[in-house]
Amino acid sequence: MSRPGFVLEVDRSTPPVLFHHGEGFSLEKLPPGSRVVYPAEPIKPLADPDAAIRHALLNPVGDSQPLPSLLYAGMKLTIAMDNQAVPLPPMQRPDNRQRVLEIVLDMAAAAGVDDVELVIAHGLHRRQTEAELRHMLGDRIYDAFAPHGMLTQHDAEDHDNLILIGRTEQGEHVEINKRAATSDLLIYVNVNLVAMDGGHKSTMTGLTSYRGLKHHHNVTGMQHSRSFMDPPNSELHNSVWRQGRMLADAVKIFQIETTVNTDTFPSQFAFLQKREWEWSARDRASFLAVSKSLERVPPRIARSIFHGIKSPQKMTSVQAGEVEAVHRLTLENVHRQHLVPVQGQADVLTMGLPYVGPYNVNSILNPLLVMCLGLGYFFNLYRGKPLVRKGGVVIMSHPTRWEFHPVHHPSYIDFFEQVLTETTDPLEIEKKFEEDFATDPWYIHLYRNSYAYHGVHAFYMWYWGAHALQHVGQVIIVGGEPRAVRRMGFKPASTLRDALEMAEDVVGRNPSITHIHNPPIFIADVS
Amino acid sequence: MRFVGPRFPLGKPNWPSSIPRPPVKRRTGVDYETDWARRHPARVARAAIVDNVLRPAVKAVASPTAHGEDRLVGLEAPVIFVANHHSHLDTGLVLTSLPERFRHKAIVAAAADYFFTSRAKGAFSALAIGAIPMERTKVGRRSADLAAELLEDGWNLVMFPEGGRSPDGWGRAFRGGAAYLSLRCGRPVVPIYLEGTGRLWRRGKKWPKVAAKGEGVHLVFGAPMSPEEGEDARRFAARLETTVAALADEWSTDWWSARRRAAKGATPALTGPAGGAWRRAWALDADAASRSGRRAWP
Repeated sequence: MSRPGFVLEVDRSTPPVLFHHGEGFSLEKLPPGSRVVYPAEPIKPLADPDAAIRHALLNPVGDSQPLPSLLYAGMKLTIAMDNQAVPLPPMQRPDNRQRVLEIVLDMAAAAGVDDVELVIAHGLHRRQTEAELRHMLGDRIYDAFAPHGMLTQHDAEDHDNLILIGRTEQGEHVEINKRAATSDLLIYVNVNLVAMDGGHKSTMTGLTSYRGLKHHHNVTGMQHSRSFMDPPNSELHNSVWRQGRMLADAVKIFQIETTVNTDTFPSQFAFLQKREWEWSARDRASFLAVSKSLERVPPRIARSIFHGIKSPQKMTSVQAGEVEAVHRLTLENVHRQHLVPVQGQADVLTMGLPYVGPYNVNSILNPLLVMCLGLGYFFNLYRGKPLVRKGGVVIMSHPTRWEFHPVHHPSYIDFFEQVLTETTDPLEIEKKFEEDFATDPWYIHLYRNSYAYHGVHAFYMWYWGAHALQHVGQVIIVGGEPRAVRRMGFKPASTLRDALEMAEDVVGRNPSITHIHNPPIFIADVS
Repeated sequence: MRFVGPRFPLGKPNWPSSIPRPPVKRRTGVDYETDWARRHPARVARAAIVDNVLRPAVKAVASPTAHGEDRLVGLEAPVIFVANHHSHLDTGLVLTSLPERFRHKAIVAAAADYFFTSRAKGAFSALAIGAIPMERTKVGRRSADLAAELLEDGWNLVMFPEGGRSPDGWGRAFRGGAAYLSLRCGRPVVPIYLEGTGRLWRRGKKWPKVAAKGEGVHLVFGAPMSPEEGEDARRFAARLETTVAALADEWSTDWWSARRRAAKGATPALTGPAGGAWRRAWALDADAASRSGRRAWP
């Protein structure tokens, strides 16, 4: 039985606490009285995931028939799936998507379905390389579908292959991949890593266009999503749900959602997931060996070592059927793993940021992504109210190098150079610059033909942190490259102690401190 | 003139013809005792042989590529591995391609009338590949009991249910041994399709050919299978055979086409077309040519 998450009150006997610091780690002594939120241990995975998938497909939830009775010879079937942004880090083979797809396709073969297309629903993310697709889908599926053009990656700028289903009462465009919309059945396969994922968001972000996305991927929407990790209180999800319901009325959708546990790192990094006072001699030795050797290798090599890690996460549940009914069960399963009750807010929130977020798999966590990971994801991993009080301080630990992946993130470079030099205010950025970047033909060309994120994606990274920017009084990055940190309007600090001293200028003497212990991830249920 | 050895007492005494001889305990064939080969020193020696001699040898000769190992993720030992059989390379290929958690606790069911005809041959087979003698010419309880006992002890079993190497390049119907053991011990069977080993070292050839560049052999693991409710050994063996045929189809076309043909029951059989020997040979070469893209006949 895995132990639930809990809040540790630091006293003088508490050992130093592990902080992720990009492609490295540090052990930091927190002042007595600080609180550390420890996540739950990984819950027990499904003993026989393949049998569970079959059971879910044959016993769907909500208003849906079993999958085999929805499949018939001569039909047009489209199977869409999440891209590599989930899970993080990418999971060891076989991925949940491969397991599900093989069983779904087996049923389709048994029903005599010939016209099948697999679509990677990556929205405005970059296209995936062959190696990434092979890892995600397995060689059998890749070799069977890709050479015949039956495995495609959604193209949000291919206007001939997008179809406008209509507009919601609030005027939101429901625009979606034409192949998916004109199929007799659309099956969606997801991996629900966090509570933000899944449900109608799968189709309405993954298979849509800039026109469909801008109704919820905007500053006002994000500022009113409190948090976007808590769908009932998220403006982002409200808008997506309106679009999704309209889509579900027009297209027959069979949703298959899977959840994973938080067994994030393989055994050589086991210490990352243990509570520090339980580190064995082996854990201590591997911590020292890993962190000392990482300090000595160039960041490029450290990065390639880390991006080579495949996580041993395992499937904890699978449910299939009608979108909303499925997603309710999925959220229960996500919460079963992630929720940690925390009482009250703190003046200062500290966090160690890792080397990877959803948008830099096999890539660089550039300064914008550091902001998005810290103020977007980590800050929003709450239900109820934020872990830090209004006007409080967020201290993040990350090297924040002035470094961008020129192929994956071209528009980020220009955003950093042209936009942030003028203003860091999300509303102003949105008003003045978004349209130009979103319609820039060169970014569109790179998105469609190279492996680049869409021109507007850099803006979404900034919007993702809009709620935090509005809420907190100051952001300090420990160990960050000063000019990169200052460009974003944050303050650099060389040590945690310095950062805490700087925070006192904003929140007063002897502030209360809460630290997010990561990995793995969790959702703080703050009361 | 017949050579006569030294006389008694220097030599052996004669056996008086009036006194019946006690039965000689046979120590070859199915009666060869292989217990010693599963004790610790022999296992260590075998692990060294498999990893340091057999694996480089197989790699040098056959340049193998394994596919479908992801289907074995989460599978717990002991397991029965069954494969089609064309060549002496097959055993080495399967043994060296098994994931490590199975490889070093594996035994191979080998023909008692081939590998255990002399004590030296038996000792070599038992030590090098962990062979146990399997009766294939008559129904015998001894070899089945031994295999079942070892399975229950946690040993993984490699079997070639065709009962011998292919005489003509086509597969043969699967016998029920592996299916029976699976039913009896409740352990899953992993079907394996081996492609191309017959091309390099077919039955009747003394030495193997070395695979040309890009023409190495392939090994495709299938998903683990267990007998269905109420299924007997004969039907389960037939299902194993169809699954191996479907793996062959998967290898020569692609997974999705193979699944669709399997669903329609149209998977090409491994046993080839019925008819005269020349027609089978002709069809086999046509098949090979279509796969390799080379002309089969000059």
